[in-house]
Amino acid sequence: MAETTPRPRRGDRSPWNWLLVLPVVVPLLTFLFNKDKPRLAGFPFFYWAQFAFIILGVAATTVVYLMTRRDPGSKED
Amino acid sequence: MSSRHLTELIVFIVLFVLVSALGFVAARWRRPDSMHTLDEWGLGGRSFGSWITWFLIGGDLYTAYTFVAVPALVFGAGAAGFYAVPYTVVVYPLVFLVLIRLWSVSHVHGFVTPADFVRARFGSPLLALLIAITGIVATMPYIALQLVGIQATLKAMGVTGHWPIVIAFAILAAYTYQSGLRAPALIAFIKDALIYIVIIVAVLYIPHKLGGWGHIFGAAQTKFDKTPAPADGTLLNANNQLNYAMLALGSALALFLYPHSVTGVLASKNRNVIKRNMAALPAYSFVLGLIALLGYMAIAGGIKPLTSGGKPDSNTVVPLLFDHMFPSWFAGVAYAAVGIGALVPAAIMSIAAANLFTRNIYREYFRRNASEAEEAKVSKLVSLVVKVGAVACILLLDPQFSIDLQLIGGVIILQTLPAVGLGLITRWFHRGGLMAGWVAGLATGLWMLYRIPNPATHKAHFGGSAYPLSDLGFDSKVTVYVGMLALLVNLVVAIVATLVLKAVKAADGVDATRADDYYADEGDPRVAAGSREIEAELA
Repeated sequence: MAETTPRPRRGDRSPWNWLLVLPVVVPLLTFLFNKDKPRLAGFPFFYWAQFAFIILGVAATTVVYLMTRRDPGSKED
Repeated sequence: MSSRHLTELIVFIVLFVLVSALGFVAARWRRPDSMHTLDEWGLGGRSFGSWITWFLIGGDLYTAYTFVAVPALVFGAGAAGFYAVPYTVVVYPLVFLVLIRLWSVSHVHGFVTPADFVRARFGSPLLALLIAITGIVATMPYIALQLVGIQATLKAMGVTGHWPIVIAFAILAAYTYQSGLRAPALIAFIKDALIYIVIIVAVLYIPHKLGGWGHIFGAAQTKFDKTPAPADGTLLNANNQLNYAMLALGSALALFLYPHSVTGVLASKNRNVIKRNMAALPAYSFVLGLIALLGYMAIAGGIKPLTSGGKPDSNTVVPLLFDHMFPSWFAGVAYAAVGIGALVPAAIMSIAAANLFTRNIYREYFRRNASEAEEAKVSKLVSLVVKVGAVACILLLDPQFSIDLQLIGGVIILQTLPAVGLGLITRWFHRGGLMAGWVAGLATGLWMLYRIPNPATHKAHFGGSAYPLSDLGFDSKVTVYVGMLALLVNLVVAIVATLVLKAVKAADGVDATRADDYYADEGDPRVAAGSREIEAELA
């Protein structure tokens, strides 16, 4: 390993990252959603639940992004 | 040719020509000082912001083959084919946490390919070569399959013969050669706009015509109940649930190991662009889920796939569904969406494969002192060779061969996870251990794939990626995804070999990266000779 630098040590560790475990694990637990009922607009639970996981993924990722942003004042593009 | 098919074809050709013109113009878009470096040609100057990245990566990952093959799978097997949705949910948080480090370390060191990173991290040109070859071998059939996507739409329009495919790919090759990654980035806007329009119309209009979603799912269940196959149905069963989850996770892990995904990520200009995109890219997953359900709509609509060589070609069900349901001009738009959808990923994949060849084979083993201009030139030429190879694969060999290869590709690219994915997190592994793991994982994966028959298509080998545990002597009907099992073998071997090599104090490579490199962001100083980006511009 190279010697440590005098620059302040940066990292991307944050307790908020644990939130990302949800969208990684929940969609893999098939026993939770492998059911027909309840239906939503004709969709069996199996299908609409997995569409809902997309929203879960977006929500979790967005929260973690906002909470761990390194420089909140940086320019948007 | 009927007048209906003629209308479809005219709309298809007009949109196709429009997009091709855009591909050539792309060279002038966000014009660089010089196109003669890999950073410019192969990574678009590493300058793409949130919007362009969103379209580029979206266009890259959700390919024409996906649009055709996923609903075909749902049409044939039901719920098992819906794994594409959890797969694309699981993938983004993983990228958010891990692949972003690859962006940072590549930004500092001027890496263009995942193999560049492995070479520097583990001080091993040989391990980098293995990673590069794996990437090229996994990508080639993927490019070929994009042609299968175009072919399926042409078939539905009544166009047969080889010349349309050859022309389409010749145009693609020409503008990729000229414009590099800027071409697919610009075309991706049109591609996605078309896809979104087509899918929104399809999911509103077709179910209305077929009597509602409840009826569509009902028709699908009725069809699956009648078939003798035990594994199909609109829900999973006890034997394929594990496979479903493993396939979703394995595909997610594999997705960002593919060289073309890495190319898309490296082309973005800073870490926040990537993070924002990981939150926004699942919008495509929504569309993909709806596309998957087109398979059920095809069942409810009574679509019978076209046959080729006496076998039903289920890839034609979605194009046929459009042909049956939409007015002819809109069916033409839908076909164009799929056809253009093939061009974006095919361009990015050929650029990625060409970069791997140039950086990790040509420069490493043939021309040590290749200049940047020479690298760019070699990459441009190789991108042409790659496309000729893909066309030849489809035209000269049975397309089934490419499908088999792509199946294998997903399994073997997963075997680069310990070096590339875990390498981004830890330097614990010994380079020799990683090589041993790669060999073991590859061998196990290929052996298991070879052992899987597919009774439906009368194939004795390479019939799918669901490996029955009974083949190992277990008294069970449960199937598992080959890629994950092979990865497990890979990891165990890599860990054991690393422990042994460390115990005997075998020489290990030197790590050229520093811990801080993995968090670097836009504006940080770069150290590589390859990064002659104008620092003044950033300051």
